[in-house]
Amino acid sequence: MRRIFTNFEAWGVLVAAIIAIVVLPYLNAFTPATSILHVSDFSINLYGKYLCYAVLAISVDILWGYTGLLSLGQCLFFSLGGYMMGMYLMRMIGSLGQYQKPIPDFLVFLGWNSLPAFWKPFSSFPFALMMTLLLPGLLSLVFGFLAFRSRIRGVYFSILTQALTYAASILFLRNNLLLGGNNGFTDFKFMLGHDLRLPATQRVLYICTALLLLATYLLCKWLTTTRFGKIQRAIRDSENRVLFSGYSTANFKLFIFVLSGLIASLAGALYVPQVGIINPNEMATDKSIEVVVWVAVGGRGTLVGPVIGAIFVNALRSWATRAYPDLWLIILGFLFIFVVLFMPKGIVGLFAQVRDILKGKAKTSEPPPSSATPDLVTPPKPATSTMPPVKS
Amino acid sequence: MTRRPFILAAEGVNKEFDGFKAINNLNFYMDEGELRTVIGPNGAGKSTFLDLITGRTKPDNGSIKFFEESELTTLSEYQIYRLGIGRKFQTPTVFLDHTVYENIMLNVEGSRNVWNAIFTSTSKEQRDRIYEVLKIIGLESRAGGKAGNLAHGQKQWLEIGMLLAQNAKLLLVDEPAAGMTDEETHKTGELLLSLAGKHSIIVIEHDMVFVRQIATKVTVLHQGTVLCEGKVDEVQNNEKVIEVYLGRKKAHDK
Repeated sequence: MRRIFTNFEAWGVLVAAIIAIVVLPYLNAFTPATSILHVSDFSINLYGKYLCYAVLAISVDILWGYTGLLSLGQCLFFSLGGYMMGMYLMRMIGSLGQYQKPIPDFLVFLGWNSLPAFWKPFSSFPFALMMTLLLPGLLSLVFGFLAFRSRIRGVYFSILTQALTYAASILFLRNNLLLGGNNGFTDFKFMLGHDLRLPATQRVLYICTALLLLATYLLCKWLTTTRFGKIQRAIRDSENRVLFSGYSTANFKLFIFVLSGLIASLAGALYVPQVGIINPNEMATDKSIEVVVWVAVGGRGTLVGPVIGAIFVNALRSWATRAYPDLWLIILGFLFIFVVLFMPKGIVGLFAQVRDILKGKAKTSEPPPSSATPDLVTPPKPATSTMPPVKS
Repeated sequence: MTRRPFILAAEGVNKEFDGFKAINNLNFYMDEGELRTVIGPNGAGKSTFLDLITGRTKPDNGSIKFFEESELTTLSEYQIYRLGIGRKFQTPTVFLDHTVYENIMLNVEGSRNVWNAIFTSTSKEQRDRIYEVLKIIGLESRAGGKAGNLAHGQKQWLEIGMLLAQNAKLLLVDEPAAGMTDEETHKTGELLLSLAGKHSIIVIEHDMVFVRQIATKVTVLHQGTVLCEGKVDEVQNNEKVIEVYLGRKKAHDK
């Protein structure tokens, strides 16, 4: 049974990967716009965005679903990756900006005549890519080290990550940080010499995103099968036992937190050239919480679930914001409540749930209470009654 | 003749929780290979004592030495574990979502660092050791099943098995018989007796039938300090112990 499922899963991933990486770009590039099979440039761009979100959702799942660390600030790393790539894209505008100066428009507006020193290396794409990994990597390393060393767990960890992204969004709103302030970066023109406004460029970016998603999925999937993956889940279920099994849980959590930050950052770096804008709004607290909703809707702790959840919720958003623009947040809220109440395993768990209901086994699918709450079945025996009186 | 070092020596240990003296000037010595039973009324500080040994809580002062060389009070949980001290909790604490095999595998002797956890798999020797442990605790046939599906007693054995897998020199076993049937209790006693000698074991227990089955030497804790120490019969006939267990009032009546 288990084996069939893994085969089923492998085929599913293969088919999805071929459709996403080969079929959709092919239909976009080589079918006439009048054909019913044609995928429009707009759609390809939209799908690219969804897939970036899917990568972001996986980064939350390896933290929340597999390690029990609910990060409510994952969009910070996503945005930092975006900003690093954005700085490169800003340099590539050259003198084509509104002010026709060789430095970004907002710097001209702030009264700068030459480029600030820290901006200079970002003219190089490899440097920007390196920074995409280095900055979020360092931030997650330092933050994670401090948080896990101090044994900050559960909801306190969540609140801290939320506070971190909030603080960062306030920092990035400041004009004197010289990163575009409130408006951020936009109006990009070129990337590696290719015009970003051309459908072909966007198509390549879309394919890169799909490949990143596949690579991320395979890496994380493999990781869960290693001993590390088992320790990860053990930390989620009973961190104290892991500590008393000789593992420094802080190191394990730190590793997965940094890995997750790097994945989110890469997703952000691919997101920015496709949507054409990055600003501090991306770091706002509600964005990160929304990612958690995608993961919950898709099914946490499954890796496939978050991908499905991210695509489903964002497709729903695209539709709802056009059909019922005022109701979107309410729809999202109801969706979250519905999933938490009735679909604890998300869309991915739906199949098993329906099967259980059809078999009339809905109740037996829950673990028996004795195993779920071991401490309730072993009341401590009163000492006085078990010590037999020898003399009176 | 040189004396063999104590495997565990606690001297002048104090621990206060918000004005409550859980451990009060405790002195405790134990030889290697010994099977020691610690009893005492509720709140006597038995579990706190284990917390102090394993680094879960730190004492206000005093020293706890392992083989008279490692000062445990300055080390963290996993460092103490790596010295060879394993702990079974009062309520069975196993990984319910993992298989029985995986539970033992995560505890088997070997590297504990992140890189090795990712890039190395279980060696042949480790696998043999895992099955050896499963055999000792009698859960061989359940190896592939989830630990969450085990009966309560089996979970207790699995947790003892986790300590064996790590090859702990000192096993700290907190109320192994709690919630067990008489038969399971008896089997647990036999398991512990078979391990004594190879391992040093501290058992905390309330069940006097069980204590009689396994105990050679008993330490009675009361109000965070050692009340008396000796053979089971001696301890049960000790005036002070009876007073503590049956209450002060009776002692005054005499």
